[in-house]
Amino acid sequence: MNSETLTYRLTVNGVDHSVEGAWLGESLLYVLRERLRLSGAKNACEQGECGSCSVMVDGALLCSCLVLGAAAVGSDITTVEAIATTDPYAESGAPLSTVQQAFIDAGAVQCGFCTPGLIMAVHDLLDRLPDPNDLEIREAISGNLCRCTGYGRIFEAIRIAAVVRNRPRGEGAA
Amino acid sequence: MSPETTVVTGGKHRIGTSAPRPDGVAKVKGEFEFSSDLWAEGMLWAHILRSPHASARIVSIDLSGAWKIPGVRTVLTQDDVPGRKLFGLEHPDQPVFADGTVRYYGEAIAAVAADHPETARLACEAIDVTYEVLEPLVDPETAITAPPLHPDGNIFRHLIIRHGDQNIVGDVAVEGTYEVGMQDQAFLGPESGLAIPDPDGAGLELRVSTQWLHSDMWQTAASLGLPGDRVRFVLSGVGGAFGGREDVSMHIHLALLALRSGRPVKIVYSRLESFLGHVHRHPARMWYRHHATRAGDLVRVEARLVLDGGAYASTSSAVLANAACFGTGPYKVPNATVEGWAVRTNNPSCGAMRGFGAVQTCFGHESQMDKLAKALGIDPIEFRRRNALATGDRLITGQKITGALPVREVIDALAAHPSPADTRTTDDMMARPGGAGRTADVDHIQRGYGFALGWKNLMFAEGFDDYSTASCTVKGGQVSIKTACAEVGQGFVTLVEQIGRTEFGVDDVTIEQSDTTIGSAGSTSASRQTWMSGGAVKAACDSVRAKILQHVAARHGVPIEALEIRDAHIVSLNREIDITLADIDETFTDTIEFHHAPTVHLDDDGQGDAHVSFAVAAHRAVVDVDTGLGLLRVVEMATSQDVGRVLNPLQAIGQLEGGAAQGLGLAVMEEIVLDKGRVRNPSFTDYLIPTALDMPTVVIAGFIEVPEPGAPYGAKGIGEPPTISSTPAIAAAIRNATGLELPRVPVRPQDIVFAKLR
Repeated sequence: MNSETLTYRLTVNGVDHSVEGAWLGESLLYVLRERLRLSGAKNACEQGECGSCSVMVDGALLCSCLVLGAAAVGSDITTVEAIATTDPYAESGAPLSTVQQAFIDAGAVQCGFCTPGLIMAVHDLLDRLPDPNDLEIREAISGNLCRCTGYGRIFEAIRIAAVVRNRPRGEGAA
Repeated sequence: MSPETTVVTGGKHRIGTSAPRPDGVAKVKGEFEFSSDLWAEGMLWAHILRSPHASARIVSIDLSGAWKIPGVRTVLTQDDVPGRKLFGLEHPDQPVFADGTVRYYGEAIAAVAADHPETARLACEAIDVTYEVLEPLVDPETAITAPPLHPDGNIFRHLIIRHGDQNIVGDVAVEGTYEVGMQDQAFLGPESGLAIPDPDGAGLELRVSTQWLHSDMWQTAASLGLPGDRVRFVLSGVGGAFGGREDVSMHIHLALLALRSGRPVKIVYSRLESFLGHVHRHPARMWYRHHATRAGDLVRVEARLVLDGGAYASTSSAVLANAACFGTGPYKVPNATVEGWAVRTNNPSCGAMRGFGAVQTCFGHESQMDKLAKALGIDPIEFRRRNALATGDRLITGQKITGALPVREVIDALAAHPSPADTRTTDDMMARPGGAGRTADVDHIQRGYGFALGWKNLMFAEGFDDYSTASCTVKGGQVSIKTACAEVGQGFVTLVEQIGRTEFGVDDVTIEQSDTTIGSAGSTSASRQTWMSGGAVKAACDSVRAKILQHVAARHGVPIEALEIRDAHIVSLNREIDITLADIDETFTDTIEFHHAPTVHLDDDGQGDAHVSFAVAAHRAVVDVDTGLGLLRVVEMATSQDVGRVLNPLQAIGQLEGGAAQGLGLAVMEEIVLDKGRVRNPSFTDYLIPTALDMPTVVIAGFIEVPEPGAPYGAKGIGEPPTISSTPAIAAAIRNATGLELPRVPVRPQDIVFAKLR
């Protein structure tokens, strides 16, 4: 692209990145994936329907395909790559967040393409509602499409994660 | 010399346990590399120009506008295909790019490689194509006799099955015409990949998503005019498949762009392109007449099936064979007349999708079984049970069932499952039809129950030898296994580890990269990889284990029968010999090609032993229908399935739940809407797949474990049956709730409301 390009800085997972020579029309998803090589956020629909590209921007869960990269300047962006280190409920030094571990334990992962987006959505859910009921769980992840699992094991993972996170401190991980 | 396998179950993560996926940690961390995540220094981006018409003659193509755009490196059309101009999974009939004629909406016209995806997209827009637009042929019935759309004609296959008495009638007969809409696989990971040319420019490597590396390699090499060993295919991370990645999509285009530009080239389809760029499930129109005795025994089934294959052949021929062979259901049908057509139209091409022909006819035969049970005054479940096939019976193709087929056991397990509580009067609006719309009036909600039974073959059929290849190497206690099997999410990689652990008693198994440097594994389809590639892996492990035992036996001067491998030790039965696997320095390796029993083509009467094995599943659906607005909620789905043996309970549950979701989608949500061949809803905004709010709990009422002879560990493939009977069970439940005929899926709100008004 030789049309108008610009250079700006983005704060992703607490790290300051320089984005150089970018086209203004690039989505945050494209900038994360192709310029910063953070490919955890996925590209399944690129119109905000599937939730695969979910990231946190200033604490709000959103689809990074619907945000221009240049519009995220000055925001704190958290992606799935950093969710394990920012999970206050994870055992210290644990390689996975409580939600990530629950997805593995419950068998909630098949092809895995929707998984990073769901991990972000479930962290957002359990941070807001530590003990969600069935309908609250369904509503919270209804913006995340999964084609493999039929959601059954994902619901189970969320129930497991909620139990682990609600356990009094000192009782250890699952 | 090969000792009998001693299967040690219950050990850590061995066969029979819910062993975790080896790729699970990488997937939850976002570190697993999908084919859309690939990157190479200096890579270009590809984009494909597609036809905006379903039928047209190409008058001219002017590429000059594209070449003028800065950053464009390569522009290609059909003139630039150096080798075979056509490709196709069963029969090459599709031009790599449209060759003077456009036969479907979205057919590839040209390809561009440029320095940025947006540059490539703009360059495609700058290509000036002059079309003479033609009236598309979109009605499959008309296509049978219409002027040919292609030099090969309009009929992909015309198949007749004649079994038994062709004139007999029953005491009672019911008739119906049924339709199934066009479903999309809607895998989440878009078609994507990276092609890297070799330094000498005479070959390349493609890292792609696919279901069958070797088929892609053979087709791509033919069109490039290169020997197969110069076109290496490497499996990248695959974001679901469900049949939609069995055909070549972007592979040849990507390879041509990389070879021509001399640069690595990446392509990632948008969701729009994904809808236009892969084959779909065949829409079907099916007429049936079922005959039975007054007592309730099936006498004869007559059927006429028309499948719309769309513009190019893909697997239409095999899909039709499946639709016809399994078109009367897992029932004893002594006399049958089934005529089927798969035809070419200007609609999108159709091919493989989970269930492969059996899905369409299951909706037909199960609708008929309910209708016939009602006409006879017999309980529909008892009617199915009475007519259920079993081992020793014959298909309508005359083939005798020699393996396990526990149809009655599947029916009984599901019938025994209690119904869920009636929650229609719940105060929680979200649990009612219409959900967050808060539209449901309790007085208008009717509850319905539906039951359906379905079946399908495992493996390819009609004489096709879809073998698989696996190598096993053991050195210093380390077991490594290689195949070319496509892991698409189903969990084959977990199974490989489980087999290695079980056969050698080790904790760790290394899985080598799936690629075309080893022999074909066949396709990840037809519920075949557990049996075929699992069988190849087990056979390779068996061979290497025998070699190790032989080596130790010779060294210690004992007969091989005196030794066994237990928990990574070679031990003699009297325990005088006990050597750890890690202490043996030599390398032991073998590569095995694993074949299933041979099958034959169907003869002129559609008779012959065309299939390897069969699997049965049943579903019961409970739905609440708002009869005023036509909105509905599937409250619960319950299922039982003939699985041979459960190898990994958690993964098996995942297959049954996920397959049921795709069946629910076809029943009430999913359809590619066409207008004169144009796809009107190619997005996840307009093509709706089930969300977490649409999917009910799927209750597993029973895994029916009757070991299948010849299958590794007795396990049948389990991927497809969950998607076959789930759709008709939901349709039956809606009929039960509304009293409507509903001869078409997906059932839409207007089908309920307008039928009520009539």
